[in-house]
Amino acid sequence: MFTAVTIAVLVAMALALFRAYAGPTLYDRILAVNVFGTKTVLLIAIVGFLMGRPEFLDIAMVYALMNFITVIGILRFFEYSTPDKSANSETVKDQ
Amino acid sequence: MESFVHVVILSMLVTTAIAIVRVKDLFAVTMLAGIYGLLSASFFVLMDAHDVAFTEAAVGAGISTLLILTTLSMTGRFEKASVKPQADYRPLLALALVTVTGALLIYGTQDMPGFGTADAPVQTHVVPRYLNDSATEIGIPNVVASILASYRGYDTFGEVVVIFTAGIGVLAMMMSKASSTPVVQTSLMSDHVVLRIVSKMLIPLIMLFALYVQFHGEYGPGGGFQAGVIFASAFILYAMLFGLTEARKVVNNTLVQLLSALGVLLYGSVGVVAMINGGSFLDYDFLSADPVAGQMLGILLVELGVGITVASVMIIIFFTFTARSQKAGESD
Amino acid sequence: MSIVATYLSWALLVLGGLLCISGSVGLLRFPDFFTRMHAASVTDTLATGMILAGLMLQAPTWIVFGKLIMILVFVLLTGPTAGHALAKAALHSGLTPLLPGKSGVLDVDNKPSGGM
Repeated sequence: MFTAVTIAVLVAMALALFRAYAGPTLYDRILAVNVFGTKTVLLIAIVGFLMGRPEFLDIAMVYALMNFITVIGILRFFEYSTPDKSANSETVKDQ
Repeated sequence: MESFVHVVILSMLVTTAIAIVRVKDLFAVTMLAGIYGLLSASFFVLMDAHDVAFTEAAVGAGISTLLILTTLSMTGRFEKASVKPQADYRPLLALALVTVTGALLIYGTQDMPGFGTADAPVQTHVVPRYLNDSATEIGIPNVVASILASYRGYDTFGEVVVIFTAGIGVLAMMMSKASSTPVVQTSLMSDHVVLRIVSKMLIPLIMLFALYVQFHGEYGPGGGFQAGVIFASAFILYAMLFGLTEARKVVNNTLVQLLSALGVLLYGSVGVVAMINGGSFLDYDFLSADPVAGQMLGILLVELGVGITVASVMIIIFFTFTARSQKAGESD
Repeated sequence: MSIVATYLSWALLVLGGLLCISGSVGLLRFPDFFTRMHAASVTDTLATGMILAGLMLQAPTWIVFGKLIMILVFVLLTGPTAGHALAKAALHSGLTPLLPGKSGVLDVDNKPSGGM
């Protein structure tokens, strides 16, 4: 049963990663990274149970925390930086 | 099955690394670096190294992303396009040099013992003694903590001094005298009521979790480094949402610089006290009458010093970068 | 009693897994950022709650149970908050939601303006 849920979470992570790669706007990518992070927390918790070693839950908690703080940090970065400052005349925006 | 998962994760690491090099948008590079840290943490978990996975998840995927984002707000967001190359730009020569050196290195590894064989030097030299005697000599269940803080305490002292030096370096480069004039910052986040209320509920819990990780490091994954990073992230969250001036009222410059030096001082003093009591530097057996109790006391104090220094240095770096980027943003 | 707990936990785990997948499929297939955000954050939080509740019913010791409760409370607090912050930031930066046109039909090909 745990393996089935692990595979489901892995599939969800792969789909979110695809959206992170292909999102047309920037906020799609941030959303996809946030979803990826939450699914990782679940994956760590389930794999911990699967392997019979529940110490993984500390790692899951830390990653949930870091996911939240990183999303807030990204949003603050986009609030504070003006769009003109980043585009000099010599830069090329290609991805 | 297991090697299949290892191959998948390692190939994802390689593609992420290639993407980091090729993408020109530095913000996307930061995200990819965060994903790289996360994949590394999962790889460590799969190889049964929990303390390292813990530290990688906290530092590599969390704090590093925040600090790089703060740096990006000072520099530009996009890499400069490579314009016309200079006259002596010889890519093929460089490629040949790198290939030859890489081939020589790989050829040199053929002589090394195989991965995980029983007679490799890493398995036969001191490790059996650490693994067999750690429970009786030191008395804490987590062998990683006992090796880090007691058997190899000298190296960990060097690590703490390195972190302290990094904090000093950042201060020396970036602290400006104009920090005495208070920057009245129109807090753009003042209308984020929901975020502020939720963070006010969460920040005490985050600090409690950091203290738990600090003192539970002897029984499970954890320890001073991870706890310091988590503790600093609580202050960073507060500074991000309430503004730098509010955060400076809680921890001002003097306090945090003092604390970072205090951690290193605590670590060194434990070693000196052991010397005063008759042993050598950082020999915890001499800290109390019973050697095992002395070891546990020594490890406790030493990890506390590590946690204090790491937390205050992370706070110093983040606050200094943010103050500088705000000054740069205002003077434009 | 423990058999009931085991079956209940399996049912919760399977439901949580299905919610995960459906949320990510929504993330891929919905036409607009705000609809994707709705799919992602609602199913994310609910799936996490269900999977963690399913794990809680199979927890071997009380400490594991307590840690799972802590992770659940944390995700319940921060998941919707992060979604709210993201949607607010997107709205402030000019991204407009995809609304039905004058004929009352959702015009999917007309991408919203703004954003980066």
